[in-house]
Amino acid sequence: MYNFEFEKPSTVADAVAALAGDEAQALGGGQTLIPTMKQRLASPSKLVSLSGIAEMQGVQREGASLTVGGAVSHADVAAQATDYPALAEMAGHIGDPAVRNRGTIGGSLANNDPSADYPAAALASAATVVTNAREIAADDYFQGMFDTALEDGEIITGVKFSVPQAANYQKFVQPASRFALVGVFVAKHADGVRVAVTGASEEGVFRWSEAEAALDADFSADAIAGLTLDPSDMIGDLHGTKEYRAHLVGVMTKRAVAAAA
Amino acid sequence: MPKDSGIGASPKRREDVRFLTGNGNYTDDINAHGQAYVHFLRSDIAHGTLNSVDTTAAAAMPGVVRIFTAADFEGVGGVPCGWEITDRHGNAMQEPKHPVLAEGKVRHVGEPIAAVIAESLEQARDAAEAIDLDIEELPAVVDMKAAVAEGSVKVHDDLTSNLCYDWGFVEENREAVNQAFQDAAHVTSLELVNNRLVANPMEPRVAIGEYNRSTDDSKLYTTSQNPHVIRLLMGAFVLGIPEHKLQVVSPDVGGGFGTKIFHYAEEAFCTFAAKACNRPVKWTSSRSEAFMSDAHGRDHVTKIELALDADNNFTALRTDTYANMGAYLSTFAPSVPTWLHGTLMAGNYKTPLIYVNVKAVFTNTVPVDAYRGAGRPEATFQLERVVDKAARELGVDPIALRRQNFITEFPYATPVAVEYDTGDYHATMDKLTEIADLSGFDARRKASVANGKLRGLGVNCYIEACGIAPSNLVGQLGARAGLYESATVRVNATGGLVVMTGSHSHGQGHETSFPQVIADMIGIDEGMIEIVHGDTSKVPMGMGTYGSRSLAVGGSAMVRATEKIIAKAKKIAAHLMEAADADIELKDGEFSVAGTDKSVAWGDVTLAAYVPHNYPLEDIEPGLEETAFYDPANFTYPSGAYACEVEVDPDTGKVSIERFSAADDFGNIVNPMIVDGQVHGGIGQGIGQALLEGCVYDEDGQLLSASFMDYAMPRADDVPFYSVDHSCQTPCTHNPLGVKGCGEAGAIGSPPSVVNAVVDALQSAGKTDVTHIDMPLSPGRIWAALNS
Repeated sequence: MYNFEFEKPSTVADAVAALAGDEAQALGGGQTLIPTMKQRLASPSKLVSLSGIAEMQGVQREGASLTVGGAVSHADVAAQATDYPALAEMAGHIGDPAVRNRGTIGGSLANNDPSADYPAAALASAATVVTNAREIAADDYFQGMFDTALEDGEIITGVKFSVPQAANYQKFVQPASRFALVGVFVAKHADGVRVAVTGASEEGVFRWSEAEAALDADFSADAIAGLTLDPSDMIGDLHGTKEYRAHLVGVMTKRAVAAAA
Repeated sequence: MPKDSGIGASPKRREDVRFLTGNGNYTDDINAHGQAYVHFLRSDIAHGTLNSVDTTAAAAMPGVVRIFTAADFEGVGGVPCGWEITDRHGNAMQEPKHPVLAEGKVRHVGEPIAAVIAESLEQARDAAEAIDLDIEELPAVVDMKAAVAEGSVKVHDDLTSNLCYDWGFVEENREAVNQAFQDAAHVTSLELVNNRLVANPMEPRVAIGEYNRSTDDSKLYTTSQNPHVIRLLMGAFVLGIPEHKLQVVSPDVGGGFGTKIFHYAEEAFCTFAAKACNRPVKWTSSRSEAFMSDAHGRDHVTKIELALDADNNFTALRTDTYANMGAYLSTFAPSVPTWLHGTLMAGNYKTPLIYVNVKAVFTNTVPVDAYRGAGRPEATFQLERVVDKAARELGVDPIALRRQNFITEFPYATPVAVEYDTGDYHATMDKLTEIADLSGFDARRKASVANGKLRGLGVNCYIEACGIAPSNLVGQLGARAGLYESATVRVNATGGLVVMTGSHSHGQGHETSFPQVIADMIGIDEGMIEIVHGDTSKVPMGMGTYGSRSLAVGGSAMVRATEKIIAKAKKIAAHLMEAADADIELKDGEFSVAGTDKSVAWGDVTLAAYVPHNYPLEDIEPGLEETAFYDPANFTYPSGAYACEVEVDPDTGKVSIERFSAADDFGNIVNPMIVDGQVHGGIGQGIGQALLEGCVYDEDGQLLSASFMDYAMPRADDVPFYSVDHSCQTPCTHNPLGVKGCGEAGAIGSPPSVVNAVVDALQSAGKTDVTHIDMPLSPGRIWAALNS
């Protein structure tokens, strides 16, 4: 690890100011960033910790939406998002206890790892990513592997989830990392079903629109029985071929629908 | 009632008090006064010409003590290989030089090119980044068959090819074996891969070099399974330091699985640099470095063929194996695919004719050497897979086919040059049938099917050769070392014992089980016995711990030394009681005169030995300390039968192991709890190999599985509760304890059970064309097989 400056502001405004310098980097729970720095693959000149900002904490229900502060840990979402059980269940199965106690929702969404769980939850929930500067719809937020709509220095202060009528997340884990080899979050909203897939695509998290259309007509596992995905866009690596991932998306979608229905 | 002490009892492991409370003393816990830190600059390419290594800028960086390159090692020996194989034409194997730091070329990702010594590790790393390397990348060769093809890129330019040796065993049988295949009623053939593994002991390797300028003594602390072997190899072959000027210490060692047997360049470097810099230098491997510098295991590609007659008797076996050596020959690498593999190809069966061909190949990968089982898992896997396949082809019960061909008379001389002393393969199979509830399998399969799952049962046997080894035999086979073990038993004046053993625990619980043996011999409390190991200055000599040899060989040395102690103590007791030596009996820590009520306590005799006021000084010396070297007369041959039941999810290809049962014959058992633990751990590693672990290189020689993000280690929820039994005991006939060794059995016996079970599950779903799937049986591979 290279030397760096460290700041721990107590307000979003101070954090934004601290991030203004060159090569400053926001630090959530550090579950990706710190190991990367230890391997000397990242060398921010300054880390700005977001863990001391009270306004980025808390899980609140407001009508049909659930707002999770950007610095809330996975463990806290698992324990506190009781109004959105599928989200709480998903958060309770990220990584291991150490990861869940340190890692944050804002950190996960800002990193947008192609195998992370939160991007699927946010996309399927038609979530709104709230930053210090604006609100970004999930459909506009995820822009490919490790790529998001965030500008330099922009901080995710919270995430507003639309609590669906029914939802479920199914994860098939990669055996070594236990990240999602394929993860599918299915959410049935009043205005339609959303199916978000993580782990599978070279483009990062995506919505499976054919499945959504079929499930809009009939929210049952049978409704998507004949659907297939084009393997050519899928990730192929030592843990699974493109064809296998495309197949698993179908299996996990069916299981999520069956569990949610 | 179970015993509470001595042989056969299961006292809790005394070493666990310090291990479980964070008070272990591992090498990395040692910090020498004034130490500097080493960081190795390692190659990030698999093959290249090293045009120049410019350290000028790096040497001027803050905190840098000195930077070493190959130029600093002129006149220093290479890292030696401890075993020479003679090929089937009578020629010695090709043996390339293995420099401490890369010389002229880099040959695998992770090979050390330069070493920076600095006041802090971070400063050393900073400076390493400032080293200016000019490397011209060359095409890499990773695939073994490509490596031995005409016109392949050569890993070593000074060798004639990438073929280390072409070994035939037993060469004289070659034609007879071929003839038997011509005459066979049925031939079953199978091509398979024994996947490359990374050992990944919990404790990474560490080396600390120290030098005392006033005495010219060198000292190395290292994470080794055999510090004396390191002292010999490093002192004699690399650095030219005689044993009396070189001390090697391995304190607590946190797992090894074979990969800490070998002498590594980093050890020689730290010892050398400590003298060159005149201060202690310390290197601690990161986990990332471990993946690309610890010797890997397995990595065989094999074709095996089994010939049977019309009555399903095995008539001949023929194998053709490519064994990966990696870029250099690690300490015992050449012996693994040959003498530790070919000699086991008879397995539990009376196959009369066997021919094994092994081509050892250099590639641009990390060196490969012994890993838990070392050659024997590779032998067992291919044999038990081909027998299973033969049973399917013939439509016979796989257990019945095995039983029909079992060796039943002992001693049994195999056609592959070893003689099994004892065994009872029907007994372990009977026991397995009972503990695995094989008769209940059909009902369990029906329940699984009703649940949408496929269920499979895999059964296999194994035999292994442990307790290595008779020195005169291995000498003929090319070993450059003897394989005896030594022990010194020092009895103190007040009766307590210190046992200095050349065996060295890296997790096996020697400090608990060894005292059980000696306590039984004398009849004293185990708490009076202390085990000392892992330090060349305290133990006379040692060949170390591997090959399930510690109790069989090291324990036998202890027994012999203790017998000498008892013989001398009896003379002292006879003197004290004014009786004849021959009339003295020792029981429960009391010496008595046969047929009388005269007795003296153990402590009275030991005190007399050191306060010899009333003592037979004209016949024997004062003191009570004896040393024995034990050289085994034969290998030991543990054996067993294993069963695995799996469920396969046909939608995803995911395997879950529902039941795993192991019936082992380890001969006599000293501590059943420790034996259970060894078997559990071995099976866990075997399941890891079968389902999860795979070390993968791409075609450019980049290591794809270079961290735990991509290399899957078995976790607690990947393995079931095991059903383990070792009540079948045919004691070894040639060592004084009648023990056989249990450290590797689980890892040897379990991979074929898992694969046999998965193939059975797929066949039960009508996939009769699926006769084999290569390990690791990842969900994706199984799904592909189900949909082939």
